[in-house]
Amino acid sequence: MSMIFGVPVAVLSGQLLIGVINGAFYALLSLGLAVIFGLLKIINFAHGAMYMLGAMVTVIMFDAMGVNYWVALFLAPVLVGVFGMLIEYFLLRRIAGQDHIYSLLLTFGAALMIQGILTNIYGVSGLRYSIPDLFKGGVNLGFMFLPYYRAWVIAVALVVCFGTWFMIEKTKLGAYLRAGTEDAQLMQGFGINVPLLISLTYGFGVMLAAFAGVLAAPIYSVTPVMGSHILIVVFAVVVIGGMGSIGGAIITGVLMGVIEGLTKTFYPPASSAVIFLVMVVVLMFRPAGLFGKEA
Amino acid sequence: MTMMKKLLTSAVASALMVSGAQAEISDNMVKMGYLADMSGTYRDLAGPNGLKAMEMAIKDFGGSVKGAKIEVVSADDRNSPDVASSTVRRWVENDKVDMIGGMVASSVTIAATKILEENNKLGIVSGSAASSITNEHCTPNHIHYVYDTYALSIGTPTAIVQEGGKTWFILTADYAFGHAMEADVTRVVEANGGEVVGSIRHPFPTPDFSSFILQAQASGADVIALANAGADTTNAINTASEFGVTQGGQTLAALVLFLSDVHALGTDVAQGIQLTTGWYWDMNDETRAWSDRFMEATGARPTMVHAGIYSSTMQYLKAVEATNSDDSQTVRKYMMEHPINDMFAKNGVIREDGRMVHDMYLAEVKTPEESSGEWDLYNIVRTIPADEAFRPLSESKCKLVSM
Repeated sequence: MSMIFGVPVAVLSGQLLIGVINGAFYALLSLGLAVIFGLLKIINFAHGAMYMLGAMVTVIMFDAMGVNYWVALFLAPVLVGVFGMLIEYFLLRRIAGQDHIYSLLLTFGAALMIQGILTNIYGVSGLRYSIPDLFKGGVNLGFMFLPYYRAWVIAVALVVCFGTWFMIEKTKLGAYLRAGTEDAQLMQGFGINVPLLISLTYGFGVMLAAFAGVLAAPIYSVTPVMGSHILIVVFAVVVIGGMGSIGGAIITGVLMGVIEGLTKTFYPPASSAVIFLVMVVVLMFRPAGLFGKEA
Repeated sequence: MTMMKKLLTSAVASALMVSGAQAEISDNMVKMGYLADMSGTYRDLAGPNGLKAMEMAIKDFGGSVKGAKIEVVSADDRNSPDVASSTVRRWVENDKVDMIGGMVASSVTIAATKILEENNKLGIVSGSAASSITNEHCTPNHIHYVYDTYALSIGTPTAIVQEGGKTWFILTADYAFGHAMEADVTRVVEANGGEVVGSIRHPFPTPDFSSFILQAQASGADVIALANAGADTTNAINTASEFGVTQGGQTLAALVLFLSDVHALGTDVAQGIQLTTGWYWDMNDETRAWSDRFMEATGARPTMVHAGIYSSTMQYLKAVEATNSDDSQTVRKYMMEHPINDMFAKNGVIREDGRMVHDMYLAEVKTPEESSGEWDLYNIVRTIPADEAFRPLSESKCKLVSM
């Protein structure tokens, strides 16, 4: 078998694919963060909690009412999105225009409370949720066994990411959004309800996180702390990509998944640190991130 | 007059005795600290319910020892040796804590027991696994009560190697406990004629195991062993099931598995998994009766750690009562001299290295058909006698063991 740096090519291909799958989650999550920061200038530390809520709501709806995966894929993000809009309306709106640190602290506190309450009720061992019947099993690719569900995750995550990028960068609605956050007064003068637009944007960013949560529910342990593990990584991804850069968040997300996957093959103990190492290097040479515009 | 004199002298004498006795239980109060992961990866195997178990023991004991009040303080160590060190230091140096119980992550325990030794207080470790806690990290100030990696490796790996699982690949949590577990299991596998063909040290905690499972699969080893615990283990087992590890002909061995983990996995996923445990709630009338009371208080069945916390707290309080002292060495000596016979252990003995030795059990997770309820999870396959289960003193590197 041919080898690269002492690792068989087959194993390496498998790790690359796993990297892309994890990268798809990073992309979905960092996309939501980038939307919220890019358009609203809110540093949303509750993003991990929203991801967790997406997964928890999916499991809870299934246990309580038998709501299946496909319904949850739409319903859970909507419910969590509405919850996010309530947070925006009742809390974030009151500190609009203040320094970033206020939104950071507020959302961080909210996340800790949500996480704490759910930990008290559900514990941390993980709730059970099985893969939908359609995606049970997998296919042997020769170099690895690819579970069908993981393939589905890549596909759907990429579609959603591209759709979001397209909507914000290329459509009229996206243009309103960008304009509304750039100069709210002017837009209001044109008869556009800017506060509503802001609520919807925040809700949409949160929905993306919750959507990633639903996708994660069948394959990762669903626990109230699942969001806190991933949040810091996702922030690093956004920083590397360039705060607020939508396309940058997507590309960097996938890229970081792959880099992390490779590290897990060559030197596993460093796998939880490698993304931060990349962040340090990127910030040294490009302070605005890979795809960010210099301020 | 003589009568009066006699009465007076005896009154004075008894008054002296009483005050003397009070002086021995410091501050006329027995203060216990409960230190555990209350919110992270290891919460459910000890956590808040472990505190309940400790409080249950105190209540059952009567709430006071010889007139001295029993108090409990608790803290979340967040699985961080730093947090644990500063908490323990504050407790023993400022807050007059006499004994610390719980203690889960092995790295936390090793840090905490060092400080207990400096301050000559007592620790009773119920949650940790690393066998190094009573080996190279032993102190005269702690007792390791429930189980350890040595005992775990005597149980499950021996059984699997004897069934024909000769080549092993180990996924190890990258800190004190994982390292101890890896060393102990490697020793047992090799002693039984097997071979460890590879291992990966993964960060603690790890949310996604797919990459590591894939490497373990590619190794072609007969057995993929998980030298991790709590949510890490359930995560790895779920991922292994998704990637078809067992369908591929490899055996999955969870070296540390708690009742809370198996409950979270469910019998669908966990059925047939062999594990080693120090205790199971459904073993006899005594364990069932206590577990029913625990369940009433907490809503869950107890893990071996919960049972160990209750039992060790009870033993500690009995020792304080009998010796009329909360001095760590006096109490520890008494506990070493008096075998433990209760709902947790029969003829459990605390050795000079601090290891409490008692029977361990090899269990197998029931199939969904066999299981009669959500907590009916284990069949006990074999009892591992105490003298076989734990590292013999002749192999000990503990400084307290005289050669």
